[in-house]
Amino acid sequence: MLSTNEILQTIEMLDQQHLDIRTITMGISLLDCADPDIHACAEKIYQKITRLAKHLVQTGRDIQSEFGIPIVNKRISVTPIALVAAACQAEDYTPLAVALERAAGELQVDFIGGFSALVHKGMTPSDRRLIDSLPSALAKTQHICSSINVATTRAGINMDAVALMGQRIKEIAQATADADSIGCAKLTVFANAVEDNPFMAGAFHGTGEAECVINVGVSGPGVVYHALQAAKGKPFDEVAETIKKTAFRITRMGQLVAQEAARRLGVPFGVVDLSLAPTPAVGDSVARILEEMGLEVCGTHGTTAALALLNDAVKKGGVMASSHVGGLSGAFIPVSEDEGMIAAAQAGALCLDKLEAMTCVCSVGLDMIAIPGDTPASTISAIIADEAAIGMINNKTTACRLIPVVGKGVGEEAVFGGLLGAAPIIPVHEYSSEAFVARGGRIPAPLHSLRN
Amino acid sequence: MKAIVTVIGKDQVGIIAGVCTLLAAQGVNVLDISQTIMQDYFTMIMMVDTAACRASFEELGGILDAWGREKALSIRIQREDIFEAMHRI
Repeated sequence: MLSTNEILQTIEMLDQQHLDIRTITMGISLLDCADPDIHACAEKIYQKITRLAKHLVQTGRDIQSEFGIPIVNKRISVTPIALVAAACQAEDYTPLAVALERAAGELQVDFIGGFSALVHKGMTPSDRRLIDSLPSALAKTQHICSSINVATTRAGINMDAVALMGQRIKEIAQATADADSIGCAKLTVFANAVEDNPFMAGAFHGTGEAECVINVGVSGPGVVYHALQAAKGKPFDEVAETIKKTAFRITRMGQLVAQEAARRLGVPFGVVDLSLAPTPAVGDSVARILEEMGLEVCGTHGTTAALALLNDAVKKGGVMASSHVGGLSGAFIPVSEDEGMIAAAQAGALCLDKLEAMTCVCSVGLDMIAIPGDTPASTISAIIADEAAIGMINNKTTACRLIPVVGKGVGEEAVFGGLLGAAPIIPVHEYSSEAFVARGGRIPAPLHSLRN
Repeated sequence: MKAIVTVIGKDQVGIIAGVCTLLAAQGVNVLDISQTIMQDYFTMIMMVDTAACRASFEELGGILDAWGREKALSIRIQREDIFEAMHRI
């Protein structure tokens, strides 16, 4: 029999500490939707998604009601569209994004991810067409997310693609200038992208995946923060233990929901992504966890070490709680989506260089960072190259989700709303990287020995 | 199916009677009750069996929640699995 304390502890996590399942994401293969006629392809995509995910949202609601745990988002990830559309005789892939948007509306899902291309070693004509379609596709849709993989540890960094992405990000910012360049918030540029990530904007359904699969992303920074308050002043051994135990509990809940959702939908269970995903709400912040460890403000000296401990302990605690762990798994540090990060950036304590250092030890990368609208494309490309280099050398996923907010500069704020939050615009280095980015070509893959 | 009903709020006359009446009316069997008062706050945890429940789980939750709101109590019903998952290996 469960004890009163255990039951009340769970209720408190749900009621006061923002414990939730961030997302149930259904991965769907669209490889069989290829067609030379782009409109026929779009229709096949729409039909397949609306057929397979017909009950996704209702199932999420049912589970939420029976288990009493909020399931914040229901999402879909699909095969990278550059692969699906390769047979299409069309220059512009926007109609496919529009078809995805139509499916998202019909199903009432929060996001569909996978308007993507994998170009870490080279670019096919289809990859190029998809990247060229991004400004129009992201401006004409609200619920479609895109990701471009420009580097891997095994292939190196495709600097031609990096250069191109700097330009496209500027164009997307311009195309959505009336909404603080929100289009850029729906695009992630990856190194070492994973095939089963349930989180946006980087979710896509990899080619090594099954026809249809359920992945779940958990959350819970508030729960970890609260648990650490009981370990004030204690040595780090105890901090790590506390985080592990908490992560275990959170992940068990994710595992239960994932299995239940998979069973009800008649779809195989894929992975649980053990992530601490913050929201802009007070009490749901990763930055506040780092501060609870003894830092005056997130971003000061010691932040990287604190984040390294947190990220590792979350994985250690979560991995035993789930039969299959995957996705990005770790602590996210999206600036605009984390109340503590926003405050730290506003206070000037959190700068781009420190964030870059933090991405060496966290689960993803430079995430939801608003930069001045007049930042040159080459500077954006150079930031992407730096981040990709960290991922490539360290065998980890890294990513950039940068928003050059058109018409705004340092000290102003970009407001995106909802889970995307709001971000103070932070400065980038003023010195040029133009000649560096203009070189193009590939940065070779690193050695796998002599690792220091 | 086993579920856990939790009732938290200011102590007042008739909480147990009220909740049990609502549950009985829907055909829900009470298996176990533990109840305590902590700093004037009434806390009750019931384990119930909803196998013969006439209402759907969502409706039952709605009925309890509505009655709880009238009495300024927080009442929720959740499947037992979630607590087991979190606290038992």
